[in-house]
Amino acid sequence: MSSQTINLTLKVWRQNKNNPRGALETYPANNISTDMSFLEMLDVVNEELTAEGVEPIAFDHDCREGICGMCGAVVNGRAHGHMPETTLCQLHMRHFNDGDTIVIEPWRARAFPVVKDLVADSSGLDKIIQAGGYISINAGGPQDGNAIPIARDNAEKAFNAATCIGCGACVAACPNASAMLFTGAKISHLALLPQGKPEAKNRALAMVRAMDELGFGNCSNEAECEAECPKGISIREIARMNREFIKAAFS
Amino acid sequence: MTLESKIPAGPLHEKWDRHRFDLKLVNPANRKKFEIIVVGTGLAGASAAATLAELGYNVKNFCIQDSPRRAHSIAAQGGINAAKNYANDGDSIWRLFYDTVKGGDFRAREANVYRLAQLSVNIIDQCVAQGVPFAREYGGLLDNRSFGGAQVSRTFYAKGQTGQQLLLGAYSSLMRQAANGRVTIFPRREMLDLVKVDGRARGIVVRNLVTGELESHSAHAVVLATGGYGNAYFLSTNAMSSNVTAAYRCYKKGAYFGNPCFTQIHPTCIPVHGTYQSKLTLMSESLRNDGRVWVPKEPGDKRPPEQIPESGRDYYLERKYPSFGNLVPRDVASRNAKEQCDKDKGVGETGLAVYLDFADAIARDGREAIADKYGNLFEMYEKITGEDPYVTPMRIYPAVHYTMGGLWVDYNLMTTVDGLFALGEANFSDHGANRLGASALMQGLADGYFIIPYTLGGYLAGASLPEVDASATEFRESEERIREQVDRMLSIDGRRTVTDFHKSLGRILWDECGIARDEQTLEKARADIAELRAEFWQNVKVPGDAADLNQALENAGRVADFMEFGELMVKDAIERKESCGCHFNTAYQTADHEALRDDENFCHVSAWEYTGPDTDPIHHREPLYFENVELTQRSYK
Ligand SMILES: Cc1cc2nc3c(=O)[nH]c(=O)nc-3n(C[C@H](O)[C@H](O)[C@H](O)COP(=O)(O)OP(=O)(O)OC[C@H]3O[C@@H](n4cnc5c(N)ncnc54)[C@H](O)[C@@H]3O)c2cc1C
Ligand code: SF4
Ligand code: FES
Repeated sequence: MSSQTINLTLKVWRQNKNNPRGALETYPANNISTDMSFLEMLDVVNEELTAEGVEPIAFDHDCREGICGMCGAVVNGRAHGHMPETTLCQLHMRHFNDGDTIVIEPWRARAFPVVKDLVADSSGLDKIIQAGGYISINAGGPQDGNAIPIARDNAEKAFNAATCIGCGACVAACPNASAMLFTGAKISHLALLPQGKPEAKNRALAMVRAMDELGFGNCSNEAECEAECPKGISIREIARMNREFIKAAFS
Repeated sequence: MTLESKIPAGPLHEKWDRHRFDLKLVNPANRKKFEIIVVGTGLAGASAAATLAELGYNVKNFCIQDSPRRAHSIAAQGGINAAKNYANDGDSIWRLFYDTVKGGDFRAREANVYRLAQLSVNIIDQCVAQGVPFAREYGGLLDNRSFGGAQVSRTFYAKGQTGQQLLLGAYSSLMRQAANGRVTIFPRREMLDLVKVDGRARGIVVRNLVTGELESHSAHAVVLATGGYGNAYFLSTNAMSSNVTAAYRCYKKGAYFGNPCFTQIHPTCIPVHGTYQSKLTLMSESLRNDGRVWVPKEPGDKRPPEQIPESGRDYYLERKYPSFGNLVPRDVASRNAKEQCDKDKGVGETGLAVYLDFADAIARDGREAIADKYGNLFEMYEKITGEDPYVTPMRIYPAVHYTMGGLWVDYNLMTTVDGLFALGEANFSDHGANRLGASALMQGLADGYFIIPYTLGGYLAGASLPEVDASATEFRESEERIREQVDRMLSIDGRRTVTDFHKSLGRILWDECGIARDEQTLEKARADIAELRAEFWQNVKVPGDAADLNQALENAGRVADFMEFGELMVKDAIERKESCGCHFNTAYQTADHEALRDDENFCHVSAWEYTGPDTDPIHHREPLYFENVELTQRSYK
């Protein structure tokens, strides 16, 4: 595909210790190749800001391949931008038009305080996992990997739930800032595997409790999370989690 | 100081067992008295931290990212090797050992590689028990595929995201230990120095990347699992924060650096398409199971691929290497791609690419079967290039991917600094001059789950370690030096950005110390890097201040280290006057352009000792002995 260049206007959320309330600032982004990724576009803008003596825009990123879950911002009101099943680092500028104005803001959720500019603190997700998102075994001496066959269909369902990259877009997209999709994905992944069954009950109770305690909201079936999830995690995982939770709560 | 590899005596297959028996044990009740620092939360770091905590040690675990789950290991795609022989196709521990030694072009220790092959089988069991959703066959058993440099199917995988699934397994064990208080996680921290007290590693100084504060942490031992240094080349498949800083600063404190010039250039990556580009994206080697590599037969043939008939195509890997075909090892595949492009047979806008074509596989197995195996890779390719690989062949080109070099370690994975251990890609250990696909994940997890728990215990039980805390003067001195460097970088206020310097460094290394090198290009690289480094300290512009989240400042420190380290890479390449694996010096090649080793003079590991900022490092050599395999010219024909 041949590349073109486009000119854009960015309105970017700037917030730091000297400006703790934050505000949108306007910057031009000119001569942007349509082959660039969104983050490469921000790199180019940052190089220019640096040359002009303006502090560059802080944003989180690492793998730039859509797998580490570190990047993310709300672009024109959509978590990770408007392309389906695409992280911000994999969103390419060929999906924007010359002359567009792009509004870029950090994740907004009670449980994700802004650290600086587009960087938010999503460590609450680690805490949810700490509450029970694991199978309790120590290293050393488990039985042979093939000792328990797992029907391919189940293995695949577990895998699909396990593709969550922990990016937090579901929380940012949810009107209640709920972490149900993230939590549901983890609970489902483990509950679908024979290895995860013994602890399924406690896991569901503990993770849901942690989610509440950490200030994430409740689920009111808006399904915004599913629409914005870059990995296509389905809200069926929430339903499965609810079943696990109910089973656990009433037994 | 002489290099002692500490390889245990005895027959190859008994060495590890005997050694485990000989190692002293720490009494379970005493373990909680020991504090261990683990830097890094990739496969190596997370598995080590979790396992040491399970044993009862107090662990402090550090990483740059906001969560341990985001370490670069997460990006591994293709798979993890293990000598399970589930496929019943002739695999064995011995064959995995042999393939790895041969793939590494006979520049790794036999004993280490054998242990790795032995432990490979335990890793799969461990991961399955943790809930890693590996691919399965219809009967419910684990599925395997083939990778380069092997003629058996021994690679376990989870679609195209094996790294994420394995790392989430290790991370979940780590979170379990964090919840019960055995591990304290320190995210968004960058290690900037190793602190030694009485000659032993006793702590680190890190910068809190959110507040900018320097924090000192003491411990009884330090385990470094900070990954590889491929980003010295600026463009690589590594995550953006991958760096050499942690390892390099340990080198400055007396840890020898092993084989720094051994850099793997992976044959199947999406080609470079613009100067703004920030990284290169790997297309997993597993694609070579089904994709066929070709270029036009005629130089300068610029027709689109669908207009080039079969008779006009050269499937050069299949032609030159009939028995391994598209599955030759990475170094061979990369060199061949470059050779074709040098002959003006390269394709695409830049002419720096070859085709990886799935048309035959799709015709044979159907689109669905191909989508099942590689769907997410195809999607990623389409997102980046805007082209659909189901319809038009992928364009690929080699890119920097992995570094076999790293901190020199003995059989116990201890560096030349007592109490400092190095695991995973950060050490130089098991892959010799070229790593086989799907073997890095295996090595990281073997180091973390199954080796360090024993060898670290052996060290702690045998050493006398007086109490040290972070108020010791050694920590203050270290903090002072870091602060000086940070202030200096912020005060230069020159005209070029950090990224601009990094790009220049990358260009020099790629052109002059890349897929192929020679004496002349290497000497030029040495001079060019020295000049760039001098300019950096005059003319770099680092905005912002030290007491804040400041990504330009973080980068400046990393690039400063990459430049010094680049000189070391080049020096190592100059000193190795042979070709082996990924180190291809054009002066040393066979008649068919394969790497020509000089076993008489270079059958050794080079280990470099730091002597000061402007003096030459000292070159130490650890001879390699091959008692179980015969040193042969590698052939994949
Ligand atoms: C795109 C890609 C695909 C790959 N696919 C495969 C594959 O299919 N199979 C295979 O076997 N191998 C593969 N590899 C190689 C493999 O992924 C890596 O070699 C391996 O994951 C490295 O693991 P590690 O634990 O040593 O380090 P990493 O995963 O790189 O982790 C490094 C850790 O150290 C931390 N760190 C680094 N520096 C500092 C510092 N200064 N202070 C504090 N913390 C620090 C980081 O935050 C991180 O937590 C692939 C590599 C790439 C780039
Ligand atoms: S469920 Fe989707 S949106 Fe939510 S954290 Fe996981 S990948 Fe991100
Ligand atoms: S940077 Fe890793 S998912 Fe975007």
